[in-house]
Amino acid sequence: MNTTRQAEGAAPPPVSGPTAFRRTLTLWGLAHRAFFVSLWCVMVSSVLRGPLGVKLLPGTERRVRALADRQRELAARWSGVEVPAVYAELPATGRARGKALRSQLLDKGNQVHRDWRWVHIDWFAGGAIAAGPVLLGLTGVWGLWTASIGTELPREWDSVWFLFVPVGDPDTAFLAGALGVLCLLLAVFWAPRRTLRLHARYLRLVLAPSESELLAARVEHLRTTRSDAVDTQMSEIRRIERDLHDGAQARLVAMGMTLNAAEHLLATDPEAVRDLLVEARQSSTAALKELRDLVKGIHPPILADRGLADAVRSLAMISPLRTEVVVDLPARPEPPVESAVYFAVSELLTNAAKHSGAERCWIDLRYERGSLRVSVTDDGQGGADVRAGTGTGLRGVERRLAHFDGVLAVNSPPGGPTLMTLELPCVLSSPKTTSS
Amino acid sequence: MRVVLAEDHFLLRDGVTRLLEAFGHEVLAAVDTGPLLLEALLSLRPDVAVVDVRLPPTFSDEGLRAAVFARTRVPGLPVLLLSQYVEPLYAHELLATGSEGIGYVLKERVSDGAEFIATIERVAAGGTAMDPEVVSKLVTGKSRDEPLASLTPREREVLECLAQGLSNAGTAESLFITEKAVAKHVGNIFMKLGLPPSESANRRVLAVLAYLDR
Repeated sequence: MNTTRQAEGAAPPPVSGPTAFRRTLTLWGLAHRAFFVSLWCVMVSSVLRGPLGVKLLPGTERRVRALADRQRELAARWSGVEVPAVYAELPATGRARGKALRSQLLDKGNQVHRDWRWVHIDWFAGGAIAAGPVLLGLTGVWGLWTASIGTELPREWDSVWFLFVPVGDPDTAFLAGALGVLCLLLAVFWAPRRTLRLHARYLRLVLAPSESELLAARVEHLRTTRSDAVDTQMSEIRRIERDLHDGAQARLVAMGMTLNAAEHLLATDPEAVRDLLVEARQSSTAALKELRDLVKGIHPPILADRGLADAVRSLAMISPLRTEVVVDLPARPEPPVESAVYFAVSELLTNAAKHSGAERCWIDLRYERGSLRVSVTDDGQGGADVRAGTGTGLRGVERRLAHFDGVLAVNSPPGGPTLMTLELPCVLSSPKTTSS
Repeated sequence: MRVVLAEDHFLLRDGVTRLLEAFGHEVLAAVDTGPLLLEALLSLRPDVAVVDVRLPPTFSDEGLRAAVFARTRVPGLPVLLLSQYVEPLYAHELLATGSEGIGYVLKERVSDGAEFIATIERVAAGGTAMDPEVVSKLVTGKSRDEPLASLTPREREVLECLAQGLSNAGTAESLFITEKAVAKHVGNIFMKLGLPPSESANRRVLAVLAYLDR
């Protein structure tokens, strides 16, 4: 399951009235779009039982989800209100996807159901909230208009009303004008920010899953990542066992045999003994090299000695790409997190060097708002994809980061550049120990 | 030669001490922790220090830090670092303290006694000794470097020998070619990399190391 964790985002930076006003216009525009999507959804719903419905569902659902995602993103960015979403896994394409979507749509506790319900509500509820400042502004304009021409209107119009003011003589016209200006000021400087907050709260009310659904999704996520972690660990242990068995252990056995032979030849053929001893020493060198490589694969010494920052610098030094590293880490993360991030960065760098055709690479490592964030950018030809056949390495990185609730975002348009960002929540504990 | 040795494994400390004494060198002190090492380096001023990177109390890079600090206090103090593994970043930090009289080799090179003593002597004389593994990692890190990529395979071998700190004679011996051929290759390498030519073997090693570590 894909889960977005519920977190109270930090308050967004304050914005000016006019900017907030523009934002309410954007939300209003999205409400208009919701209207058309809603109409389309009604049509699709009417043929839901038949094969046509199954065929149309995936595309429609994608449109609904895109709209909801956009709104969720804006709520987080503009108002600091995180609206969590819990989507269940779906078959990739075709009829199976359509059928799965249909059953999800009919299930009241499902995110797809909630999204669709929201789309039917949003075009008037969301629209009405977002239109608040605009309507207030129009009211202000109407006030000014009545103030300027109200007294000169022909008598047969009787009188023109602005709010509660019957505009007929200069006094009432002045009152209407003043009220109009007040409305305009309120519409631009007072209402928009409140509207944005209200809209975000409304969005959370309609779109967010209940606490228990979130918890259920969380449990499901933990269950998958835990079994995944156990599998990964097991296969790692097997690999280590195999490497030791085929590598260092075999060399030591060979060394023992060589030394044994040397012992028997000592009295009769000292020349041969010399050769055997040289061979034994070479075996010991090879065994040591294999052990060193193995240790590096389990827990790189530089990581233990110096921590993540220097370990990443060291990766950059041996990478064939010209790599620049920028680090902003006030302290060291927990060792398991360090190790996961180290191997992830190592994989991303290897990937960039192997497949991207890049010349240069930039690594940025920083700790912000309770998360460790690393971005690896290269100037290669792009086209990297987590899900593509060549991306098994990326898929592995994604899975291992998931053990720590971390995520990998890949942005790699054809033609480049490629930007890969990994982010995982963690606490920094050990004091900083890097030399500079 | 007067040597200070820092190594926390008793067997290895004992073995290296005996090896040094067998070759007629004097071991002033054989210590097993970082603070003791620093004290010995600053008070005894040895001709060369042989230092394990990983030492108590932190078992991280205590030895390296003591050596780097001592070299800032006693410029040019010859130090040979030993380690279970080689790390280009450490080589870089050591090179940053000045590139004369430093060495960084794998611990297992101790097993070839005569060669190991020769390495220590080279460092004590102000030369350089980089483990082939350090050099090959530095070269990998520069594999997209154009001048470097333009070297012929043979020239690259010669470059790696130079970076390890070998003289022309040493290079000739390890590649099984004549010294004259080595000199020719060295000339070509320096021209291709745009380095100033130099007669002094040591200066050449430093130029190559500086290029790789850039």
